[in-house]
Amino acid sequence: MDRDILLQFSDFGFQYNAQSGPTLFDIDLTLKRGERILIAGPSGCGKSTLVHCINGLIPFSYKGKMTGSLKIKGRESRDLSLFEISHTVGTVLQDSDAQFVGMTVAEDIAFALENDCVGEPLLHEGVMEAAKLVNVNDYLTHAPGELSGGQKQRVSVAGVLVDDVDILVFDEPLANLDPATGKQAIELIDDMQKKTGAAVIIVEHRLEDVLHRSVDRVVLMSEGRIVADVPADELLSGTLLSDCGVREPLYITALKYAGVDITADKHPASLDTIKLTDDDKKKVLKWYENAARKQDGGSMPELLKADKLDFTYENGKVHALRDISVSFTQGEMAAIVGTNGAGKSTFAKVICGFENQTGGHIYYKGGDFDGLSIKERAESIGYVMQNPNQMISKVFIYDEVALGLVTRGLPQDEIDKRVEKALRICGLWRMRKWPVSALSFGQKKRVTIASILVLDPEMIILDEPTAGQDYRHYTEIMEFLLDLNRQGITVVMVTHDMHLMLEYADRAVVFSQGKIIADDKCYSILTDPEIIRQASLKETSLYELAVKCGIDDGTDFVRHFIEFERAHRSEAGLDE
Amino acid sequence: MKNFSVKHIVATGIGAALFFVLGRFVAIPSGIPNTNISIQYGLLAFIAAVFGPIAGLLSGLIGHFFIDFSFGWGIWWSWVIASAVCGGIIGFLTRKLKIDEGEFDKAGIVKFNFFQLVAHLISWAVIAPILDILIYDEPANKVFVQGLVSAGVNVVTTAVVGTLLCIAYAASIPKKGSLKEED
Amino acid sequence: MNNIFNYIDRPSPIHSLTGAAKFVCLMLWSFAAMTTYDTRMLAGLVILGLILFRVGRIRIKDVSFVFSFMAFFLVVNTIMLYVFAPHHGSEIYGTCTYLLGSGRMGLTAEQLFYQFNYILKFFATIPVVLLFVSTTNPSEFAASLNKIGVKYSIAYAVALALRYIPDIQKQYHEISQASQARGIEMSRKAPLTERLKAASGILIPLILTSMSRIDTISNAMELRSFGKKRRRTWYMERPFAPADLVAMLLCALLILISVWLTYVNQGRYYNPFK
Repeated sequence: MDRDILLQFSDFGFQYNAQSGPTLFDIDLTLKRGERILIAGPSGCGKSTLVHCINGLIPFSYKGKMTGSLKIKGRESRDLSLFEISHTVGTVLQDSDAQFVGMTVAEDIAFALENDCVGEPLLHEGVMEAAKLVNVNDYLTHAPGELSGGQKQRVSVAGVLVDDVDILVFDEPLANLDPATGKQAIELIDDMQKKTGAAVIIVEHRLEDVLHRSVDRVVLMSEGRIVADVPADELLSGTLLSDCGVREPLYITALKYAGVDITADKHPASLDTIKLTDDDKKKVLKWYENAARKQDGGSMPELLKADKLDFTYENGKVHALRDISVSFTQGEMAAIVGTNGAGKSTFAKVICGFENQTGGHIYYKGGDFDGLSIKERAESIGYVMQNPNQMISKVFIYDEVALGLVTRGLPQDEIDKRVEKALRICGLWRMRKWPVSALSFGQKKRVTIASILVLDPEMIILDEPTAGQDYRHYTEIMEFLLDLNRQGITVVMVTHDMHLMLEYADRAVVFSQGKIIADDKCYSILTDPEIIRQASLKETSLYELAVKCGIDDGTDFVRHFIEFERAHRSEAGLDE
Repeated sequence: MKNFSVKHIVATGIGAALFFVLGRFVAIPSGIPNTNISIQYGLLAFIAAVFGPIAGLLSGLIGHFFIDFSFGWGIWWSWVIASAVCGGIIGFLTRKLKIDEGEFDKAGIVKFNFFQLVAHLISWAVIAPILDILIYDEPANKVFVQGLVSAGVNVVTTAVVGTLLCIAYAASIPKKGSLKEED
Repeated sequence: MNNIFNYIDRPSPIHSLTGAAKFVCLMLWSFAAMTTYDTRMLAGLVILGLILFRVGRIRIKDVSFVFSFMAFFLVVNTIMLYVFAPHHGSEIYGTCTYLLGSGRMGLTAEQLFYQFNYILKFFATIPVVLLFVSTTNPSEFAASLNKIGVKYSIAYAVALALRYIPDIQKQYHEISQASQARGIEMSRKAPLTERLKAASGILIPLILTSMSRIDTISNAMELRSFGKKRRRTWYMERPFAPADLVAMLLCALLILISVWLTYVNQGRYYNPFK
């Protein structure tokens, strides 16, 4: 037997006890020592189930029926215990707050060792060694609340590495990180792999970001089956990705728009490796130059204006917002971006009246907004939280949407009328009698938006509207918001998703350390290196592509791509 | 009795944390000392009904202990113990309810409320006053009146908050069934 | 640093005792104060507590937050004790010496002395509880429980509670703000059941997200071998030093004194009226 084979699925299948059919079919997959593979696929394709089979949660936590064989280091997984598996497979979960079970960094890293009864001095030494490996040794006494998302993830990695595992599994490592931190996370994973020699499995649908560092193979899953298990270059040269609902890298999309033929021998896996012929470059240049130039539309009246807002808390010790002046016009679709703690959420909370500013004023349609209560402001500006589960308190959809009107004491016929309108806008009317629990994440999001829309706001602020969503749900949510926007509602999105900004926002307001450092068109912001650095964003690959093709004005190239893409999308929308 | 697994340990910890947060930051004084309108008892009844007597007992014990620590008014043993006993009894009596499998119909609601009534009466109108007499030698009429009042308030709180929580949780568990769209 | 109980990181002899020893001392002290009603012993405990406060380098300013709760608690309790049983003191001490007025509501020296003792008893544990929370690192607390014999599964439940309290508190705050925007308010004017229904409107999302959190955390813990062995070690655990043993012995002595006094007084009370 080959000692280098760590994992071997053969003709493997799995069915959850509660499900009527199998979730995984005919899985054949081999992982060797030191290999790096990326598992991609839309939500519900079975990739999480596959991960659970690898780390042992199946069959130990989730019950069901396994068929075929899964061997971990040559032994059938069903003959092993969860603890035996966890010495071979280390898992870093998507939710780093749930994974962080220790009260401080050091205690969390120590967790697995403590459970293994490792005594002193080995315990302290082991923690220190792992902490140094991921560079968190300066924060050993910090509580999770004092760490950024990226730091928490590093702690999770250390907490797994401390066990000296052979396989590292990362479940959606990029989901909660800003673009720059996400890039660092991929670099960290790559470095850890090189230092420890472990095999790495990354489960992620943000393909372009993962391919920042190379992987050996990409395993593409769809509807419970593996549909491709090939090098990234090969996968990117076909159409399989888009067929399965996984987003291809932006530069690939641009190249395809320009009519460039993408083949594996051009090494399209990354812009660093891609080989474009002169002919290809000419095609891109031609596509760019033939573009129609659209003029910006006329300006709309101002809706909301913040004037020199200041916000401090803990008796002035923390200065969360400084001198914020910004305005939003009627009917626009804007993004607020910046790192965690830059002040973007605080800004939204101050606008909605959840917090009171310590200086400055807010004006709504030219009138004073400062004196209004949370409840009164909500009738002009609605706020939608990131996780819909944090907003839903009724069992049935209708009751949930009606809640805000019932608490305001409106007559029943008025409530019925407004709820029906909101439900129809959100495409939920036919499901009005359903329990909320029967809905998908994206549909729940719609319920929360509907429950805000019944109050008839002219503007809604959404916190990370698409966090953790695959491409299909992302598109579904964003197209819905775009539709609302077309109906005249001003939409402001707090986000660190650069695709979202580029594709859907007209304008981005960039926060950094409590201040606004830029307020401009998205394509200008995502091509400005200084702003990108300060706001922890990432330069879009389109810009690099422009440079590679010898186009001087990269910003204009990005702008052209967006306009082309939007036109393309609305055409596609009309076809449906 | 339900097996005490890792999930029960976590539920105990999170239950205690919720109990603490609700008791420490959301309490509304009713005018009688030690007798707040404490919505944490609605939560405790829910945790006990879903995760069983040990989780209920420990969530109440740890959570109440923490509340006393955090207010800094010493450790009021009689009431700490009563909280724990209350969670334990509710967990024990409701062990046949299957809220975690999504079942909580009218009969379940009646049973849940009968059990919580019994548990609150035992804890607040019997155990807490007796301990108060034993430890602090307080006058019997005072502690029993105090106990009855808080039992009453806690029963009402649990009847509203606890029942609504159980209904919402049971409804959130996906069940196979047919959902029809309507025009 | 996770700080929900006002831990003050300021080195002192009390800080350097292990958490386990401090917890044992707290329990012993609390039992000693619980069993006795001897005025001299209670006064001694109050004074000893205040001295230890100095030794632990905790300043009154650090714990000033407790005064309002304490004052409220004491005032209401004092009034209630009197209103419900103005002659409870006489029953205890066996004599009845009127100081003011007479009859049922008349004030007796015995009642005054009983209520004084009641307050003393209250103050006999407050300083040590404050001292314990101010000088014990919460991280060490769970390890201490396990060290003194509490099962590690229960000790870890305590650790998890401490770990997730700040997260839950933050989440509660966010959910209640979003609910207020939709008009869900716990107005003091509303009748009780309405107020409770409004509270449930905030609680339901909090509890349902907590339930899924419970699932994820238990998976994360099992994946890192929690529950694998019959015992576990603790990063924050420290071995007992001689000072710890001395502290625990001294506190055990308090219980002995308390028992001895009960024997000498032929009851829990010190009776000056005999």
